[in-house]
Amino acid sequence: MRNRGFLFLSGREGRRMVKARIIVRYKPGILDPEGKTIYDALRSLGFEKVEGVETGKYFEITFAGDVDKNKAKELTTDACERLLANPVIQNYSFEIVEGDR
Amino acid sequence: MRVGVVIFPGSNCDYDTYYVFKDVLKVDVSFIWHTDSDLRGYDAVILPGGFSYGDYLRAGAIARFSPVMREIVRFAKRGNPVMGICNGFQILLEAELLPGALIPNNGMRFRCEDVYIRVVNNDSIFTRGLDKGRVLKMPIAHYSGNYYADEGTIKSLEDNEQIVFQYCDSAGEVLPEANPNGSILNIAGIVNREGNILGMMPHPERASEKVLGSEDGVEIFKSLMGKV
Repeated sequence: MRNRGFLFLSGREGRRMVKARIIVRYKPGILDPEGKTIYDALRSLGFEKVEGVETGKYFEITFAGDVDKNKAKELTTDACERLLANPVIQNYSFEIVEGDR
Repeated sequence: MRVGVVIFPGSNCDYDTYYVFKDVLKVDVSFIWHTDSDLRGYDAVILPGGFSYGDYLRAGAIARFSPVMREIVRFAKRGNPVMGICNGFQILLEAELLPGALIPNNGMRFRCEDVYIRVVNNDSIFTRGLDKGRVLKMPIAHYSGNYYADEGTIKSLEDNEQIVFQYCDSAGEVLPEANPNGSILNIAGIVNREGNILGMMPHPERASEKVLGSEDGVEIFKSLMGKV
C-alpha cells in the first residue's frame, strides 16, 4: 500500500513541464519607434533618469511532457530561426526553465 | 494570359485587384485560395494588400507559411511574374523571395494618403511601359512600410538596379520630405535580381481609374500584361 501511494505521487505531482521563455528584439541600429515614443512619455512623466527604452516581444512556449531541457533548447532555436524572429532585423534570446504544470 | 490573385485570411485588397484585371483590363483573372497548391494555368500571381493573419507576429510572417506559398516560391523561381502589393510585399520579404524587411513607419503612424513615386528602373516586366523618371501618383495605406536592409544588401540592390520605385515629390525629386515612412533611399518598390518578382508598398490597384483620382497604377498592370 505504501508503495502504491509513492508511485501515485511521483507520477502526477512530480512531473515538471519544460518551458522556453523567449525575447525577440530589434538588432542594434534598427529604428524602434515604439521604444522612442515610450521613452518620450516616460520623460514627460518626470523619469529623468531614464536614458533609453527598447521594446521587444516575449513568448513563452510550453513543451510536451517527454521533452527534456536539451531537446527544448533545440526546438526553441529552430522555432526562433524559422518563425519567431526575422534575422534581417531582429535578435532572439531565451532561457529554458522547468516548472510545475 | 491568366492572372491569379491570392486570398489569405485577412487579405482586403483582393477584390480591388481582381476588379482591375477583370473589368478595367479585361484580363482572364481568378482567385487563388491560401490552401491551394496548384498554380497550373496561371501566367502571373498577385499577392494583394491587407492584413493577412491579422499581422500577428510580424506583417506577412504567418502568411509565408501558407500552403499556397510553397507553390508560389516554386512558381517564382521558375521565372514567372509574381507581384506583392503592400502586405503582399511584406509576405515576399518574409518568404525571402526579395531581400530586406519592412519595419514600422518611423512616425509610428498608419499612413493612408496619396504619394508620388518615381520610376527608377523601367527595365522590368512591371515597368517596361513606363518612361524612366516618370512620376506616378497612387495611395499608400500601411503601418509597416519602412524598408530596411543592411548596407551590403542596399549596395547590391543599387548595383543590380533592383530599386524600381522611390518616393518623391510631385516634381519627381527624391527628397527626405517625400519619404512617408523612413524607408532607406526612399525605397517604395524593388525587384529580385532576375526581375520577375516585384514588391511595392503603394497600391496601384487603387489608382487604376479616373474616378479614383489617378490612373497611374494601371500602367504597372498593363506593363505586366504586355499591353503597352
